[in-house]
Amino acid sequence: MVKKSSLPRHEMPARDPAERRHTFDEVALGYSLEMAVAEASRCLNCKGPSCVAGCPVNVRIPEFIAALAEQDLWGAVEALKDKNSLPAVCGRVCPQETQCEAVCVLARKGEPVAIGRLERFVADWERMQGMRIPEPAAPTGKKVVVIGTGPAGLTAAGDLAKRGHSVTMLEALHTPGGVLMYGIPEFRLPKDIVQAEIDYVRKLGVSIRCDAVVGKLYTLQELLQDYDALFLGTGAGLPMMLNIPGENYNGVYSSNELLTRTNLMKGYLFPEWDTPVKVGERVAVVGAGNVAMDAARCSLRLGAKEVHIVYRRSRDEVPARAEEVHHAAEEGIIFDFLTNPTAILGDEKGWVTGMRYIRMQLGEPDASGRRRPVPIEGSEYEVPMDTVVMALGTQPNPIVFTEADALTRTRWGTVTANEANGRTRMERVWAGGDIVTGAATVISAMGAGRIAAGDIDAYLADPSGPWWVEPAAEA
Amino acid sequence: MYLITHKEVLGPVTKLFVVEAPEIARKAQAGQFIILRVSERGERIPLTIADYDRAAGTITIVVQELGKSTQELGTLETGDALASFTGPLGRPTEVKNYGNVIVVGGGLGIAPIYPICRVLREAGNHVTGIIGARTRDLLFWEDAMRSVTDELIVGTDDGSYGRQGVVTTPLKELLDSGTQYDAVWAIGPAIMMKFCALTTQPYGVRTIVSLNSIMVDGTGMCGACRVVVGGRTRFACVDGPEFDGHEVDWDLLLSRLRIYADLEQVALEAYNSARAAS
Repeated sequence: MVKKSSLPRHEMPARDPAERRHTFDEVALGYSLEMAVAEASRCLNCKGPSCVAGCPVNVRIPEFIAALAEQDLWGAVEALKDKNSLPAVCGRVCPQETQCEAVCVLARKGEPVAIGRLERFVADWERMQGMRIPEPAAPTGKKVVVIGTGPAGLTAAGDLAKRGHSVTMLEALHTPGGVLMYGIPEFRLPKDIVQAEIDYVRKLGVSIRCDAVVGKLYTLQELLQDYDALFLGTGAGLPMMLNIPGENYNGVYSSNELLTRTNLMKGYLFPEWDTPVKVGERVAVVGAGNVAMDAARCSLRLGAKEVHIVYRRSRDEVPARAEEVHHAAEEGIIFDFLTNPTAILGDEKGWVTGMRYIRMQLGEPDASGRRRPVPIEGSEYEVPMDTVVMALGTQPNPIVFTEADALTRTRWGTVTANEANGRTRMERVWAGGDIVTGAATVISAMGAGRIAAGDIDAYLADPSGPWWVEPAAEA
Repeated sequence: MYLITHKEVLGPVTKLFVVEAPEIARKAQAGQFIILRVSERGERIPLTIADYDRAAGTITIVVQELGKSTQELGTLETGDALASFTGPLGRPTEVKNYGNVIVVGGGLGIAPIYPICRVLREAGNHVTGIIGARTRDLLFWEDAMRSVTDELIVGTDDGSYGRQGVVTTPLKELLDSGTQYDAVWAIGPAIMMKFCALTTQPYGVRTIVSLNSIMVDGTGMCGACRVVVGGRTRFACVDGPEFDGHEVDWDLLLSRLRIYADLEQVALEAYNSARAAS
């Protein structure tokens, strides 16, 4: 008998790079049932599985994979969705290579089980069948408001509704989904899949209200008069810029603006859809995270001839998910490592014409443990450029904090919350996701939403006990 | 969906809509704006609030049909609904008793200055209004403006109604008249606001303008609306829309307003040919 660890991992079919440069259709095509079952059969079903601990929401990974290997697909769905209410999303956007798959026993000797691809397969299969909605628990009579309809909020809302609480979600934009709708592009996460996951949360009994900007339409204090508990999951929506000369020239975008125009407003379908988005022939995307990869690959699909990722560190420090970097490179995105912009150049009409860069080298490790990039003196040079996208990360949008002084924040603008239960310093207010951690991943936001939902449920059953207990200091 | 409870044609390209939005009406203040979408495929259109009725639960907006999106909005009638209506956004006008104030409204800018005049007057200010437009067809709300000002000067650039000339001429006359003016509001096209600010600058009279830069979300997320005020980059949607006109980098604003001029033309032509075909 062939040892399972020596069976090769099944690659996922993907659209041809030359073809996909011109379309927003999904790049990764997903496993067939045959491939999925074969890949699932590679799982050793370890007695003490490390993959579960590697998952921020502790998905019952070996169980769903075992069911899939036996072709018990509803069994797989049940095991998967027990801990994850957005599996079709996570199967597509989680950085599995640093989470569950990183600690898979098979990874020690060869290639890990393709957990993410299997998750995606099971979720997609369920959607094709029509999702089964679990029986709701008996109503508790408690009302919870969830602010923000991204991954943290959707997870918290789904969990709370399943436990019988009446849940209302408030969304500032006109469509729910948060970063899943405005940020992550169609070719990586099709929007009908996001909306199907949102429909599922609605069917659990959650009511979603769009066009409601908290901080403007209501303050947190006002909401606390109408609701027993409040979960804040508004993410990190405030773009950061480099603060170099020329950043306000026409043709300089924040990644948020480029991606919102393209994804939420469907600028790639202009003029059938009304919102325009404009990229020139040469595009520089500054930054190398997932958002930068998304912006670069959108730019290509919007018609750019030459798209650069400009990053001040080296390839080894690139924070983006491996698959995104791989797909971007396949599509012809050019990586300019150890390169830092010092100015954006423009013409007298106010349009971008070029960039001034300085070359960098890696010095001693900095606070993040990564080697600090240091400019090489006298190495400045200029290149022609038509469009510049700043993808440097985001901070929480302060608009939600209007008249909420009790909500203490860090100097990075994030909300202070106890990671063990999601409680903030403001009574009856929980927070989770990027608003607490700063820009991070979909799955970590979901994990925080789940933890907070658990604590909200416990608090609503018994609110006695001190609201805030100082979290134990890290050893 | 957000119901249009009343439509009024104020001129050949100027339309007024009263929209049912009780929660926004409860919170709205002069100087703030809303963002609406006409249809599911529509742009997010920012419009400064022209009036609010807390008891009736309505917000009034006035729109000038310029591009595709505003023309499409103009075709809606009483009883129709908007795809979305979000607000109130931006910071309200800073209202206090300044003393003698001049409030200038140019073209569509007449709509947002109306509630500003009202609240300034309620705060005890003596309000002198100046309203103007390129031509008579673009003027509206003269009577409404009379009801919220102590004096009102009305004019058109081409002389087709009221005084002939641009609004900066009576503005300068007032500043030269010997009366002490303590603050000026000027709202209208960017170029008009720029020249109003240039007019008042030598007199050192604090001049507030409302910047109409291009926006997408309107909540501080995208940065499309960035403007430079006092040498600092600010977001008009959350830091404004009102700013000190003497500190605004007007050339930058004017340049950024033209970013999509070519694509706006594409959209308009596609819309017009589709309408002609149907």
